[in-house]
Amino acid sequence: MQRLAGHLGWFLVALVGAFALGTVALHRGETINALWIVAAAVSVYLIAYRYYSRFIATKVMQLDPRRATPAVRLNDGLDYVPTNKNVLFGHHFAAIAGAGPLVGPVLAAQLGYLPGMLWILAGAVFAGAVQDFMVLFISTRRDGRSLGDLIKSELGPIPGVIALFGTFMIMVIILAVLALIVVKALADSPWGTFTVGATIPIALFMGVYTRYIRPGRIGEISLIGFVLLMLAIVGGGQVAASPALSSLFTFTGKELTWILIGYGAIASVLPVWLLLAPRDYLSTFLKIGTILGLAIGIVIVMPELKMPSVTRFIDGSGPVWSGSVFPFLFITIACGAVSGFHALISSGTTPKLLENETHAPFIGYGGMLMESFVAIMALVAAACIEPGVYFAMNSPAALLGKTAESAALAVSQFGFVITPEMLTHTAQTLGEHTIISRAGGAPTLAVGMAEILSSVFGGNGMKAFWYHFAILFEALFILTAVDAGTRAGRFMLQDLLGVFVPGFKKTDSLPANLIATGLCVAAWGFFLYQGVVDPLGGINTLWPLFGISNQMLAAVALILATVVLFKLKRERYAWVTIVPTVWLLACTLYAGWLKVFADSPKVGFLAHAAKYQNAIVEGKVLAPAKSIEQMHQIVFNDRLDAGLAILFILVVLSVLGFGLRACLQAWRSAHPTAQETSPVVAEAGRA
Amino acid sequence: MFDQLGKLGKYLGQAASLMVGLPDYDTYVEHMRTTHPDQTPMTYEEFFRERQDARYGGGSGKVGRCC
Repeated sequence: MQRLAGHLGWFLVALVGAFALGTVALHRGETINALWIVAAAVSVYLIAYRYYSRFIATKVMQLDPRRATPAVRLNDGLDYVPTNKNVLFGHHFAAIAGAGPLVGPVLAAQLGYLPGMLWILAGAVFAGAVQDFMVLFISTRRDGRSLGDLIKSELGPIPGVIALFGTFMIMVIILAVLALIVVKALADSPWGTFTVGATIPIALFMGVYTRYIRPGRIGEISLIGFVLLMLAIVGGGQVAASPALSSLFTFTGKELTWILIGYGAIASVLPVWLLLAPRDYLSTFLKIGTILGLAIGIVIVMPELKMPSVTRFIDGSGPVWSGSVFPFLFITIACGAVSGFHALISSGTTPKLLENETHAPFIGYGGMLMESFVAIMALVAAACIEPGVYFAMNSPAALLGKTAESAALAVSQFGFVITPEMLTHTAQTLGEHTIISRAGGAPTLAVGMAEILSSVFGGNGMKAFWYHFAILFEALFILTAVDAGTRAGRFMLQDLLGVFVPGFKKTDSLPANLIATGLCVAAWGFFLYQGVVDPLGGINTLWPLFGISNQMLAAVALILATVVLFKLKRERYAWVTIVPTVWLLACTLYAGWLKVFADSPKVGFLAHAAKYQNAIVEGKVLAPAKSIEQMHQIVFNDRLDAGLAILFILVVLSVLGFGLRACLQAWRSAHPTAQETSPVVAEAGRA
Repeated sequence: MFDQLGKLGKYLGQAASLMVGLPDYDTYVEHMRTTHPDQTPMTYEEFFRERQDARYGGGSGKVGRCC
């Protein structure tokens, strides 16, 4: 009876969730309040956490509260420290939440808010959170070892190297895409450029302060840094208002690209305490603060969603990205629903800090639900701005032309009525010259956030401040990621090249270090440049590649989890990981195939190359190319992108092959063959 | 009540520093005192530098954050 009563409360939560979801799904015509979406999402998360994560914890993983975790067994007070579970949740969440969950949902909003919302919820509950949780469990049972190591020991050395190579290529694409977002946000925006540029001297000052003036005082220097950042935003407004100064900080996309490439190369070889660490403090605290602020803002403001639940672009003809809902929606929203990159975090620092195995559901599963909620908020922010403004900001210049008039005309023809005056007025309110064709998600999100935050604080007059605050917040952690990612990529590359040329393995050798850094920067710089000059906005090309590769990494992590379940002789529960694996494989392989071989030049790389190749043969020059040489360049880029997509497909297929083999072997074996560290009972009172 | 608020503040502080890769110094000192009484623990400044290098110093496959 008591058990039944316990479930009754949850039944009520389910009822509220079902009602909210029904309201969201069945609403047509009228605008709908964002709180319905929030209520639906929170109910789904609560139910999933209470029932599904507990099922996985007790039946599938059979977590044991008495089994000592690596943090307890190997406690050194530094890397391995048993940590309070709420404190660790904060750490884990800060590590997994980044630009990804903010950008994908904004891009997916071209379909309306409903498709994106459903995928974010279903993806997180059945795929993303399961992946994070499983990898955390697997790594915790193996001394907190990394994903690459785990694949090596459970699947074999060859898949280990393949996975390492795949991770490196994903890293390159991620860095290019993130840098592209910054370029798109800062091009021709003196205010934004000044503010983001000012973070460099601010971070340098903070670095010197924490190293020499008051070593290790992170709290006070972060506060000082925060005040300086706010001054930089205000200062940016002054810069933009002065014609002489604003021309100093106005750059085209191409110029910004070279600046960013130079920045990445220099920043990633500077000592970490000087620039990377202090910037990381700022971006981490700002990120957490802004996410909290946005959540509170949405609850206070309760914005109406102006975007329809489903737009006419559900047929796949959308201007922001091209292709049908299946598979492309499911790779456009990667982070927020399921993100392979999390597998690297769940097998990184988190398992070394886990105090007790029974905390894993809260950290692993709960952490991902929290990130999924961030994605929901991004979707809300994108859906609460005027659809006309949304499409004017996110459609490529090739469709919109350069002026407010041409853009307003084009967007109105999509069926979202907007006047040129509204576009110029919106830009002015935000303190910008133009908002047309600022694809990439960040600026759109910034408009949505400015809308919400200015209703809470400051009103219309503060919109420009909040817009640039949001741009700064995203640019800050993207630049941290570019810096840290280039370093991580350099180490991966040295490891990979070391397989062939042993000298490369020495990470303290200056020439090896510089060559690897140079190669890494050149790799992402190439894709960044290609994205910036792309007439379709670059996001069109790079975001699908990013989504495909990120989801493939998730599939690889879930294959690993499946293998481990077979090795534990728990194959009857393996559907928990097999179902999301199959779904991700279907989405990514099909999307990869379409990106390479689809007949439409809008979707398929090879079809696009063929179109330009034919034009070259006929001696014609197609826009945006201005010469035959540029035409050749476009054809080359298309073929390279196609090659990359094929490479990703091969990586994931080979890991799948090795995974199937390992499953089969484990299934045939009479005994469990998983290579867990032998259990040690935690001392009483310490667990 | 004030006790609980103090505890909450302590945890928030710990969470904030752990987010940027700095585990609790007192816990470290306590660990050194009980497990390795023969060794001198690092000073806070040394501890801070050691952890900073460990977080960003790299090593293959060490990715501290997501995209």
